[in-house]
Amino acid sequence: MSLETEVGVFIDGVLNYFSTSVQQGALCGTPHLALSEKPELADYTGVIQVSGKRTGLVAFTAPKSMLSVMLMRMQETDMSHENLCDLVGEIANTLAGNARRDFGQQFQISVPAVLSSRASPVPYPDASRPIVIPIDWRNYHARLIVCLN
Amino acid sequence: MDAPRHRLLVVDDSNVIRRRIERANELPQIEFVGAARNGVEALEMHALLHPTLVTMDLTMPAMDGGECVAQLVQRDPELRILVISALADKLTAIDALEKGACGFLCKPFSDRQLNDAMRKLIGD
Repeated sequence: MSLETEVGVFIDGVLNYFSTSVQQGALCGTPHLALSEKPELADYTGVIQVSGKRTGLVAFTAPKSMLSVMLMRMQETDMSHENLCDLVGEIANTLAGNARRDFGQQFQISVPAVLSSRASPVPYPDASRPIVIPIDWRNYHARLIVCLN
Repeated sequence: MDAPRHRLLVVDDSNVIRRRIERANELPQIEFVGAARNGVEALEMHALLHPTLVTMDLTMPAMDGGECVAQLVQRDPELRILVISALADKLTAIDALEKGACGFLCKPFSDRQLNDAMRKLIGD
């Protein structure tokens, strides 16, 4: 699978997630290699470790305000820190898990780890260059970070 | 109005998803009886609550959904299990069905998709 096709798999996953889960479509900007070694994080980040045929990670990072509105769209009334962590982890898990449709069963994913600080260290593989997919939903900006060897 | 004939246990490590499934259920035949965060809790809750329906995530800590489906079906062959997972490849779905699940719904899902899958699960 070419890099372009692989990135397309994740973009399709993002678009499907928003239109299905919160019934309001998102737009993906132009994917790009991270300008620095470590892409900037938002308030909450869900990280999925990938093992098997491919190794690395998939991370979804979003501001608190965006996650709160997403919870509201799901008719959820509990906007606690715990639920925001839960949601960001679940989104990362869903986007990584959906990629198995194209990557196959050997694309093995971990349970989510959640970071709730912009300064939290993300365990990128050595000598890797993450790809950042910008996501615009309503007036909010999130990112999907894909870093696979 | 139909009285509930089915008792639903929801198994998922995400609180948001557990609550969403409980809230989205529109079928009067189905009564929500409890929720579990992983396979180990699900086995305990099954013994306590005697559900007739289970929704089951696959990727969970402690005991994953595949192992839990196999153990639940061995314990209660009449139990109807709907696997609800983000793992979207066909082999994962086939594996879950071979272990005894009755259906597979891929995350993300809408309320309508969930209710349609639940309707099929109860044969309505």
